Amino acid sequence: MKIGAPKESARGEARVALTPESAKQIQKLGHECLVETGAGVAAGFNDDVYREAGVTVVDGAEALWTQAEVVIKVREPSEEEARRLRDGQTLIAFFWPAQNEEMLELCKAQGATVIAMDMVPRISRAQKMDALSSMANIAGYRAVIEAGNNFGRFFTGQVTAAGKVPPAKVLVIGAGVAGLSAIGTATSLGAVVRAFDVRPEVAEQIESMGAEFLFLEFEESQDGSESGGYAAPSSPEFREKQLECFREQAPDVDIVITTALIPGKPAPKLWLEDMVEAMKPGSVIVDLAAEKGGNCDLTKPDEKVVTDNGVTVVGYTDFPSRMATQSSLLYSTNIRHMLTDLTPEKDGEIVHDMEDDVIRGATVTHQGEITFPPPPPKVKAIGASKPKPKEKEPTPEEKRAAEHATFKAQTKRQVTLLAVGGALMLLLGQVAPTSFMQHFIVFVLACFVGFQVIWGVSHSLHTPLMAVTNAISGIIILGAVLQIGSGSVIVGVLAAISVLIASINIVGGFLVTRRMLAMFQKS
Amino acid sequence: MLGQGFVSAAAIAASVLFILSLGGLSNQEKAKRAVWYGIVGMAVAVFFTAFGPGIGGYWWMIPMMIIGAVIGWYVANKVDMTEMPQLVAALHSFVGLAAVFVAWNADLERRRVLAVQAVEGATEQFSAFAALVATKAPDELMFLQIEVVFAIFIGAVTFTGSVIAFGKLAGKVDGKSKQLPGGHLLNAGAAVLSLLLAILYLNGAGFWTLLVLAALAFFIGYHLIMGIGGADMPVVVSMLNSYSGWAAAAVGFTLSNDLLIVTGALVGSSGAILSYIMCKAMNRNFISVILGGFGGTQGPAADIEGEQVAIDAGGVASALNDADSVIIVPGYGMAVAQAQNAVSELTRKLRSAGKNVRFGIHPVAGRLPGHMNVLLAEAKVPYDIVLEMDEINDDFPTTDVVIVIGSNDIVNPAAQEDPNSPIAGMPVLTVWEAKQVFVCKRGQGTGYSGIENPLFFKENTRMFYGDARESIDSLLPLVD
Repeated sequence: MKIGAPKESARGEARVALTPESAKQIQKLGHECLVETGAGVAAGFNDDVYREAGVTVVDGAEALWTQAEVVIKVREPSEEEARRLRDGQTLIAFFWPAQNEEMLELCKAQGATVIAMDMVPRISRAQKMDALSSMANIAGYRAVIEAGNNFGRFFTGQVTAAGKVPPAKVLVIGAGVAGLSAIGTATSLGAVVRAFDVRPEVAEQIESMGAEFLFLEFEESQDGSESGGYAAPSSPEFREKQLECFREQAPDVDIVITTALIPGKPAPKLWLEDMVEAMKPGSVIVDLAAEKGGNCDLTKPDEKVVTDNGVTVVGYTDFPSRMATQSSLLYSTNIRHMLTDLTPEKDGEIVHDMEDDVIRGATVTHQGEITFPPPPPKVKAIGASKPKPKEKEPTPEEKRAAEHATFKAQTKRQVTLLAVGGALMLLLGQVAPTSFMQHFIVFVLACFVGFQVIWGVSHSLHTPLMAVTNAISGIIILGAVLQIGSGSVIVGVLAAISVLIASINIVGGFLVTRRMLAMFQKS
Repeated sequence: MLGQGFVSAAAIAASVLFILSLGGLSNQEKAKRAVWYGIVGMAVAVFFTAFGPGIGGYWWMIPMMIIGAVIGWYVANKVDMTEMPQLVAALHSFVGLAAVFVAWNADLERRRVLAVQAVEGATEQFSAFAALVATKAPDELMFLQIEVVFAIFIGAVTFTGSVIAFGKLAGKVDGKSKQLPGGHLLNAGAAVLSLLLAILYLNGAGFWTLLVLAALAFFIGYHLIMGIGGADMPVVVSMLNSYSGWAAAAVGFTLSNDLLIVTGALVGSSGAILSYIMCKAMNRNFISVILGGFGGTQGPAADIEGEQVAIDAGGVASALNDADSVIIVPGYGMAVAQAQNAVSELTRKLRSAGKNVRFGIHPVAGRLPGHMNVLLAEAKVPYDIVLEMDEINDDFPTTDVVIVIGSNDIVNPAAQEDPNSPIAGMPVLTVWEAKQVFVCKRGQGTGYSGIENPLFFKENTRMFYGDARESIDSLLPLVD
């Protein structure tokens, strides 16, 4: 099949869906790769590099769309591009089918198959094609860099000859992929990072990235996570609590990075005007949700505004495109993995298997029909596990009381055991002859010694312990030795057999123990 | 001939040496010396008893000892470390059988002495044991008979039980739990019958009662162990170890020999503690293990979400190359596939690349307490990187890669997460807390207990299917 990547038509879009590197991999699947002239220039890949990788460079978009059987793109198609689609052609791109119904109708009418990279289900197997995550990762990183660019101070605290520099304080709202990436970037630059998320179970992830989780005390602790690893909208009471917490933070933090998105809904307003006002001059807000209306009241999409009190609000919507080389590399790899799944035999033939969860989920039009929304995947999404209820820390008094209770219980048990044992001994002493009792004392003491000694044996030496006890239980040979000289023939024979097998035990047991112990070597 | 004084002194010396020998197993270096204490103790005990007063029959005794020693020497040198469980079980059966024989003899001697005394008064000179019996008062003889019953019963159960355990461990008997129709009622019936026979015998019935008693006990031992499944073998073997000790102690009582009593008690308590440790490690009650099988669950097991994702050697190798800390969790599957040498080679390579490689051993991994430690020691894995469950469980969250080789239930998160699971509450190695887990397994089956393992479905788990040894061997050239 011919796989072709046109130059992105959207204004300011610098990314490209095919890189020389991914082209090499796609060719290994038996496909042929095409690219429009100049498609990769903005991302740092000129036509010559593509040619070197064996990609045919095609002049003009028109020619590419006609030649390619599978068109791979970054952005959703423009109307003009959609009209170029033809029956049987496949388009792989970000599509946003829920928001782009007209475009969906148009593509259906053209008879093309459309695979939406934003619809790849969030299951473990599909992680390698999860383009949203790779883009979010870049956006998170870039958000911190943008913030740094507009922030007049260091991120890291320093003590220099010229004075002390406090570290920047960064607040990240929403700990999805972008949020976590922002946390990681900011902490590695040396900032003090706090993070908030409505899903309490991400606290662990936040802390693992080196940030502090802002924990909300909320009674009916609602679970903000929905299937698919995205956040669900929260109740009004919860929202109030949340805003209160942010209001507290506003005068303290220097940089706010908001990443809160709810699928299929406008972004929730979380950073209100009064919070912006409360911030110190020179502070920076980076709103990653700007495209969906922004988490901050003052965000203007695609613009950077400076408020009256000197707070910079960055509302760019093209963070990934601002790092076009990196984004293209990751996106093209996602696309390449998708093509790998579509080419199971690696023979250059695309098999569109609608039974496959991943392919089914991502396909929005197929064979002249709209296949969106997809049925829920057979395999549940990751991150759906409920957090464990937190166990209450016992107070020192409770602890002491519990310790006391166990001590009492233990004492009671030991005393009962001793009393019962003593009574039994007394009874036995009444009936048993003295000679027996003497031996019995020896027996009981030996049991005690045995218990004391064996508890000290190292776990790793349990097998040698068994072998050595085997050997010494061969002591039964003494019994046979005492009887073997008897006048009776039967007794003699039985005793002789006992001597024989007990000797096997003794010699075998000791030798094998020695063999084992010799193997234990220290490094 | 040595006097009685020598014999008693030797008995004290041997007892002390045996205690030192067991106590020395508290660490690997001391243990190498401790085993010599045991050997010397045994030599002293046998020598002084054999040349003590009133002993005869050297023409029988010495050749038998030599033959036994040669067989023992041959077996000890030939046995593979993976076959240790079988060997231990086999040796237990010998002690059991010897106990039965010696106890029979004790009764035969008692009858002989009584018969002689009844006819002509105490004029004949008896040798060793018979001489001792001749001096006993009637109430002492009564107790002697009770002791004989105990010795025969415990010895016989130990004998057949160990033979079956040997068969199961060696794969000669089907490892699954199997019982005759009637189940434990049969055992109970046999036990009641044994009690009746014992009462008959104490009231003067003939020697046949002891033969039938032994036969019944043989049956109980056989049937009891047949009903216990393969993975419970660590408990069974340590339990039989304990029984062999008690049998020796019971024989010690019949013969009024303190050395036998002391040694038997040491061995008996050692086995009892091992059984206790094994049961605790499985969070099972000793009784429920002996009765065999898993108890009924309280409710449906939680559904498992997710899918098992396979990975090839290349993927595992690249993860290993990137890792700084690696923990290997071996199980019975490693012993079955004889993969310990490949694992050791892998460990050596990773360690020479400066990685922190350790082993996590669950107390019931394998078919014998401490089985994995011995296998790894044989493959020259240094023992100081082989750690117990409690020592290593806290380190999993900071570990990059965990390789699970042939173990299943001991790494099952259901034990902690699913209260309805049959193994709920059993302490397990929390491998899933590591960044990445590779499970080396033959195929997609459940383990011995038939419990689905949610570990295999976890997001950070990858399944590395194939024979353990071949899989690890295929990793070796890829790891640098």
